[in-house]
Amino acid sequence: MLWDWNYTWEILPDLLSAAVITIEVTLLGFVIAAVLGLVLAILRMLGPVLAAPVSVFVEVVRSTPLLIQIFFVYFVLPKFGVTIDAFTAGVLALGIHYATYCSEVYRAGIEGIARGQWEASIALNLGLATTFKDIILPQAIPPVVPALGNYLVALFKETPLLSAIAVLELMQTAKIMGSETFRYTEPITLVGLLFLIMSLVSAALIRVVERLLNRRYAR
Amino acid sequence: MGLRSIVLLLIATVALLAILSLQSQFQIFLPGLIEGAWMTVRIAALGCVFAVVCGVTAALLRLYGPLPLRWLARGYIEVFRGTSALVQLFWLFFVLPYFGVSLEPFTVAVLTLGLNVGAYGAEVVRGAIQSVPRGQWEAGTALNMTRGQMLKRVILPQAVVTMIPPWGNLFIELLKATALVSLITITDLAFKAQEMNQTTLKTVDIFTLVLLIYLAMSLTLTIGMRSLEKTAGRGLARGRVH
Amino acid sequence: MIADANRPMVRYDSVTKRYGPLTVIDQLDLAIAPGEKVALIGPSGSGKTTVLRMLMTLERIDGGVIWVDGEPLTHVERNGRMVPADGRHLRRVRGKIGMVFQHFNLFPHMTALRNCMEAPMAVLGLSKAEAEQRAAELLAMVGLADKTKHYPAQLSGGQQQRVAIARALAMRPKVMLFDEVTSALDPELVGEVLNVIRKLGAEHNLTMLMVTHQMGFAKEFADRVAFFYRGKIEEAGPPDQIFTEPKSERTRQFLRAVLEAV
Repeated sequence: MLWDWNYTWEILPDLLSAAVITIEVTLLGFVIAAVLGLVLAILRMLGPVLAAPVSVFVEVVRSTPLLIQIFFVYFVLPKFGVTIDAFTAGVLALGIHYATYCSEVYRAGIEGIARGQWEASIALNLGLATTFKDIILPQAIPPVVPALGNYLVALFKETPLLSAIAVLELMQTAKIMGSETFRYTEPITLVGLLFLIMSLVSAALIRVVERLLNRRYAR
Repeated sequence: MGLRSIVLLLIATVALLAILSLQSQFQIFLPGLIEGAWMTVRIAALGCVFAVVCGVTAALLRLYGPLPLRWLARGYIEVFRGTSALVQLFWLFFVLPYFGVSLEPFTVAVLTLGLNVGAYGAEVVRGAIQSVPRGQWEAGTALNMTRGQMLKRVILPQAVVTMIPPWGNLFIELLKATALVSLITITDLAFKAQEMNQTTLKTVDIFTLVLLIYLAMSLTLTIGMRSLEKTAGRGLARGRVH
Repeated sequence: MIADANRPMVRYDSVTKRYGPLTVIDQLDLAIAPGEKVALIGPSGSGKTTVLRMLMTLERIDGGVIWVDGEPLTHVERNGRMVPADGRHLRRVRGKIGMVFQHFNLFPHMTALRNCMEAPMAVLGLSKAEAEQRAAELLAMVGLADKTKHYPAQLSGGQQQRVAIARALAMRPKVMLFDEVTSALDPELVGEVLNVIRKLGAEHNLTMLMVTHQMGFAKEFADRVAFFYRGKIEEAGPPDQIFTEPKSERTRQFLRAVLEAV
């Protein structure tokens, strides 16, 4: 038959617990991406000596497939003495990959700050760290939150790649179910629907956040 | 990154590849990797063409089609943007046969990547068409053209120029996404890398080469698209006259 | 329809246009004779541009009928009632109208010559050779014979507007609409465009409807001037009457404000 409803209800609980893993991966990965992205953005602003290697790194990571980067982190790092499990490797790879995209977002946000803010900080003798912490970042970050949110959703949608290194997220679980029962239709379709629903919901949430932020920080 | 930096980076990448290929420890991997790279290029090229077809069609249907087709286009765009390429790839590879449709992996790959990137492309096309100033439509009406004539002769040629940079980015995404087809048994560059890694465990060597090859392909594509941007923009005023 | 020398070329019959709660044109009645040159003047927001745009079918009408050369423009008569016309009828009647815009709206990806050739080929079915010849003649007439291969970005505002006039004329309209065609030009370029319009008026029997702030030009060129205020014609008549002995106080106020600005 084309669709076995009994089978569907059977697998749903396992898929939902796998969804938890997917969400864990997403959130951890995004934290790394958001923080590392900010670090990269700031490094790029601290002078040409630091900016050049960071730019090259960002370009290399953005120009090569995420899958290869996942393999790289999982297979290559152990050769240098760092042994990590698949989950950590996956989270790291996702985090680093999306940190490069986030760094571009931060850069745009920081460059969007009026020059007068920097000049006022110099006039008040505030020092670089304080300037960043109290003046620049609080103004730069809220407008870019929607863009960051979009990358959160993008990262979330890429978590199935971790099935390639056997992390038990949604896609890997679906594939195992399929290979055990030879019924792929229900598991994979359900996974697709779950992703679709979650991504549509987050897109709507991001729009709400955007509207709220615009009201507070209207330029 | 500016065009010059990208060209420099490409030269450095190719130089590094050349140096490595002269060393015997790397040389053994090259034939297999090049074979895989060729498969990647073929899938990427066909996928890009199909993506443009899907994107333009979906955008035009969404903007000017009859109501049911408009909803169909909207649905297509939402579904393929709301799920990732891998999920779509697996669905079309594992599930479609149960509906009686048996396709070769290569076809599934090109189809999926084209549909996926085409969904994003549709929004690019739509945005570009809507960015053409209203006055152009009004001039067409004043000259008594039909809507189809206006689209073909006046609007789309102008929209195309605006579209090239975002499409360039989408093509790069498609190139990177080809690595996913290794997970549905297609012997592309990523597949060859995994295969060789499992047999020789020379992980660092293999993956360094693979990263460099992907980087070279990506940078070349970027340079190509930027040059296309420049030639297409000739004759048109940069920024509006009025 | 029997040709009638007394029949107006364009007739607005109780035409109304609304934007939501705002009535922009209020039951307008206006008849324009063949070959007549009418200038529409008035403060911004008075609806004079809308009058032109409705005739060019760029705006929809909410009430009344516009007649062009004896036929209704956006409607057809069926069983004694007016029903909305289909696309074919609309395009057939609309083909008699041409328009020149304030911001030129030239096609930036085509040369001046090609701009003037495109519609005759696509809409009138002219061959490339015929369209090219017609375009070349018209560009020569507006004084741009040496600029045919130039792109709009390479032309001055006055030159672009003259190309726009040639482009509209290439469709051989019976009625030409000019929507503030010199308002976007630097002052020293205004004269060359007005000269072309004068030439058109002298050499061709075109019906012309122009919205303009060039009062001097209107006084010398127009057969009739209509002063618009809040969607209605406040006062209309020969230029001598309107400019030297306006009957309405609002007309006087407007003219005073405009002439003071000079």
